[in-house]
Amino acid sequence: MSIHRRRFVAALGAGAVASTAGCTQLGIGGSDDQAAVAGETLTLTTTTSTYDTGLLDEIHTDFEEMYGVTVDAVAQGTGAALESARNGDSDVVMVHARGLEDEFLRNGYGVNRRDLMFNDFVIVGPESDPAGIQGMDSATEALTAIADAGATFVSRGDNSGTHTKELNLWEAAGTEPGGDWYQETGTGMGEALNVANQQGAYTLSDRGTFISQRSEVDLTILVQGPIEDGPEILANPYGIMVVNPGVHENANYDLGMAYIGWITSPGVQSSISEYQVNGEQLFFPEAVSEDPDFQQYVPEGWSSDGSDA
Amino acid sequence: MPVDSAVQLVPALLDLPFREGYVRSIIVVSLYVSVLAVTLSTLVSVPVAVLLGFADFPGKRFVKSVINTGMGFPSVVVGLVVLFAVSNQGPLGSLNLIFTKEAMIMSQFVLATPPITAISLAAITGVDDGVRDAARVLGGTRLDVALVVLKEARYGIATAILAGFGRAISEVGSVLIVGGNITSADGISKTRTLTTAIQLEARQGQYQTAMVLGAVLVALVLTVNAVVVRFGDRGVQS
Repeated sequence: MSIHRRRFVAALGAGAVASTAGCTQLGIGGSDDQAAVAGETLTLTTTTSTYDTGLLDEIHTDFEEMYGVTVDAVAQGTGAALESARNGDSDVVMVHARGLEDEFLRNGYGVNRRDLMFNDFVIVGPESDPAGIQGMDSATEALTAIADAGATFVSRGDNSGTHTKELNLWEAAGTEPGGDWYQETGTGMGEALNVANQQGAYTLSDRGTFISQRSEVDLTILVQGPIEDGPEILANPYGIMVVNPGVHENANYDLGMAYIGWITSPGVQSSISEYQVNGEQLFFPEAVSEDPDFQQYVPEGWSSDGSDA
Repeated sequence: MPVDSAVQLVPALLDLPFREGYVRSIIVVSLYVSVLAVTLSTLVSVPVAVLLGFADFPGKRFVKSVINTGMGFPSVVVGLVVLFAVSNQGPLGSLNLIFTKEAMIMSQFVLATPPITAISLAAITGVDDGVRDAARVLGGTRLDVALVVLKEARYGIATAILAGFGRAISEVGSVLIVGGNITSADGISKTRTLTTAIQLEARQGQYQTAMVLGAVLVALVLTVNAVVVRFGDRGVQS
């Protein structure tokens, strides 16, 4: 109830601002106690993993109350989320595929990228483990073993962050996936886990989605990611960027920057680390750090002296 | 067996993992979007069907086959076309319609109009010629004749509207693309419909809750059908 009341008050505030707009013109502060952005809507396109784990719903109420705004979170998968932003249909993107993010930055669509949080990928499969990958400490060797054994592997096949990571892993393993054992589902992570479960197959999953769905499936983690001392190649970092107002002038840049400022603040970062599903932490914040980290703002490997490839 | 699963659904219904107002809000959004879209479709379709049923003009067969083809449009394709139209870069971009109910209404309008037109047309052309002749003989104008034929064809037209409604409320492809399946952080739907909510649950492997929402959708369609049929019967008595 209190939420609705607050929204109502916020709407009144916005109305008051609008009705006095003739007097104040483009006053930066709007009315005395109401942010100038009150009543606006922020469109955030993001991945299924941040949305389906319930994290965003958990933390967004705080932002909406603080600014008197609405956040429309659209869960699309990394490729589609970036495409929406490229078309100017969203204000902020929160995704997890650094290569695609960098391309987005280089093409001028995104600005002010920040490292947000991370978790990791895990290779899951049936307990019988026909390819014998249990406990391997190399993800690429595990994939090679799966390919050699011809054991069924379910791929997302949807240009998502997880799919991109999977393709990078195959490339690093020097194996071209294909054949009867390799199945592209073209679905979200949850469905891919279900397909793998039905077929007793292996798949690559982000840890968050796997934890939130573990009770529904008979799959188990066979190769751990870096959170549980697995190989670093399975790291899963999430980044956040605002859409470049120079490219899309009607992107809500002010509110987008307010959102990035808010979600990378110490308070919200600790809310992210406190968020649990089934008693387990899903995301590890990394926006707040004592040491400078310049690489988060630019495409990976970029440097001002032009040594960038 | 069906009884067993129905009994199993009842506790699930009482113990849904949803916040208060969530299911209600997605039902409201589903009805709002589909009813408005079908109303708009009907306002366009019935006059078009009357025109096609009464007038002869060159290219009429072509128009008919376009409409019949429209019945088979995949909803995802319609969603993509509407997305291109309402996207910021598209012709309607300045209206900021992307990820809104209005965009969903647009795509459902495109989906519902062909079946409503085609079935209405079949109903109108199916009216016995004697009825038209009688109306003409009694000195009716063209409008009078059309009204008489429309009255005779009302069951068929009601069926047409229900078919359009059925297509609109049960499709998931286009509303997912242009609506974005959005709820607010407090769990109140903005552009989430029953179908996209079902898709979301299925994506997460929550098949049981997906089934419950599916049952709600079926119940909703059943109710709307009952209401429309009831109206039709009342029309006979008056």
